[in-house]
Amino acid sequence: MSMEMMTAGATPLTQKAAPPIAWLQGVSKNYGTVQALRSVDLLIPAGEILALLGPNGAGKTTAVNLLLGLATPTGGTVRVFGADPSYPEARTRIGAMLQVARIPETLRVREHIDLFSSYYPSPLPLSETLRIAGLTDLKDRLFGQLSGGQKQRVLFALAICGNPDLLLLDEPTVGLDVEARRLMWDQIRHLVRSGKTVLLTTHYLQEADALADRIVVINKGEIGAEGTPAQIKAKTAGKRIQCVTALSTDEIGAIAGVNCVARNGRNTVIDSREPEKVIRELMSRDAALTDIEVSSAALEDAFLALTRDTQVQEGQVQ
Amino acid sequence: MATTTSVSSLASHATPPRYRVYLKEAKYDFLKMIRMPAYALPTILFPVMFYVLFGILLASRQPGHSVQMSTYLLATYGAFGVIGAALFSFGVGVATERGQGWLQVKRASPMPPTAYFFAKVVTCMIFSLVIAACLILLGVFFGNVHITATMAASLSLVLVLGSIPFCAIGLAIGYLAGPNSAVAVVNLIYLPAGFCSGLWIPLEFLPHFLQRVAYQLPPYHLGRLALATVGYAHGGHILLHVAELVFTTIAALVIARIAYQRDAGKLYG
Repeated sequence: MSMEMMTAGATPLTQKAAPPIAWLQGVSKNYGTVQALRSVDLLIPAGEILALLGPNGAGKTTAVNLLLGLATPTGGTVRVFGADPSYPEARTRIGAMLQVARIPETLRVREHIDLFSSYYPSPLPLSETLRIAGLTDLKDRLFGQLSGGQKQRVLFALAICGNPDLLLLDEPTVGLDVEARRLMWDQIRHLVRSGKTVLLTTHYLQEADALADRIVVINKGEIGAEGTPAQIKAKTAGKRIQCVTALSTDEIGAIAGVNCVARNGRNTVIDSREPEKVIRELMSRDAALTDIEVSSAALEDAFLALTRDTQVQEGQVQ
Repeated sequence: MATTTSVSSLASHATPPRYRVYLKEAKYDFLKMIRMPAYALPTILFPVMFYVLFGILLASRQPGHSVQMSTYLLATYGAFGVIGAALFSFGVGVATERGQGWLQVKRASPMPPTAYFFAKVVTCMIFSLVIAACLILLGVFFGNVHITATMAASLSLVLVLGSIPFCAIGLAIGYLAGPNSAVAVVNLIYLPAGFCSGLWIPLEFLPHFLQRVAYQLPPYHLGRLALATVGYAHGGHILLHVAELVFTTIAALVIARIAYQRDAGKLYG
């Protein structure tokens, strides 16, 4: 129910000027009986940072794996640079940072980068990759000797060393401290300024807000809201009104200040940034209005889940 | 950026010379393994230790038999050693790297998948050569083993090439076993199979029913080929043993392929 409401408030994708560099169209992905993605449309515009924001298990990693050709969709189409991503040629222009537990620990940082660079047609010079990832002083260390944050930077280095046009970063800043996170944000911004396209997944609204040109909220395998960070934040800043009313959803939708409206059984659910104004208007139009309830966070279904997961994660780290 | 959306521009990126990727992959796979004491030490030291104990120290107490025994066990412990190098490198290596998600990162890159396996085979062959050289030197200098340079060379060659079927078996184990159970699975296969195939002590000393089991085991066939290079050419035609090992390789690769596809389908996140 809430998902429909969010979609109703989203800006149409066709307004975007930049041509998409990769996209999912009507993509579903099942793992056995689990539906990881349900009929998802996702456009990645060239030269932008797109954040896929959602809680753990929302389907973010599945979307990344589909774009990398690591998984094949159960239904729908996936295209990267116009081609099916299961063709290895497409991968020469993609750099990926996946969530991995560990990588071989007995190779040095520069050896890992040297090997990965050799896979790509026109890689960055080693010194350049080391500089961007902030690893110059650590280049002779064995991977196993690095701290968690430093390991994360090596994975980032492996993603960028091939000088790819498209970067897919799956939870790139998980486990990083505040300073390291900001440093990686700066590097990602810098890469986009130099013409790269970035898709990053995150479960931090703050991270999506700080980095992304566009945010797509994903939950339980479905796209929820999408828009600029300002639009997404505006939604979270609003209130949710629940009531029982004889007014139709169309009538309510026409009231100034209503973002979206939906029926939930006998209840009507309204999201608004100006709840007081909307309630006054509702009461003046429907004298029989009952059971009014106002709650904060219009996107609570998506974002309460987000915050909860974030807190759990941080609790584990501490 | 407009050009980046067209498929044709993919062709404009010249692919780097493939052989360099293969060489680098092999170089770093070898470095990775040699720096891993948990792999490198037992892989080389176990066959060496067993050969010194059984093939040199114990054999020297059997007057008249010592030379024969030292030479015989040189071949069979050589086979035992390279089988271990292959099973652990592939079985444990692939299972671990798969479990850690490292194989995913590799698959997401433009690395040709064959480079990964090529590198592991090369690593395994280098370890096999080191094992063969250690045992031959020990046998010649301390075990009174008299073999010609040609025999030593052909024994080394048989051991190095003979590790390939066991790389294939290891690969199948690597995709079938979990990252935590792979070591146990490999040991449960490796040690009994080595013993029953007459690689620890000559087959003739084993009970009859075990001798019959041996004929069904791939390590037995590699043992026979190794023995043939040092002058013990009994126990069936050489081509028979070669055919058995080729069949083993193909069967193991088919199983590995099926297990790989099952694994790729399970990928979840």
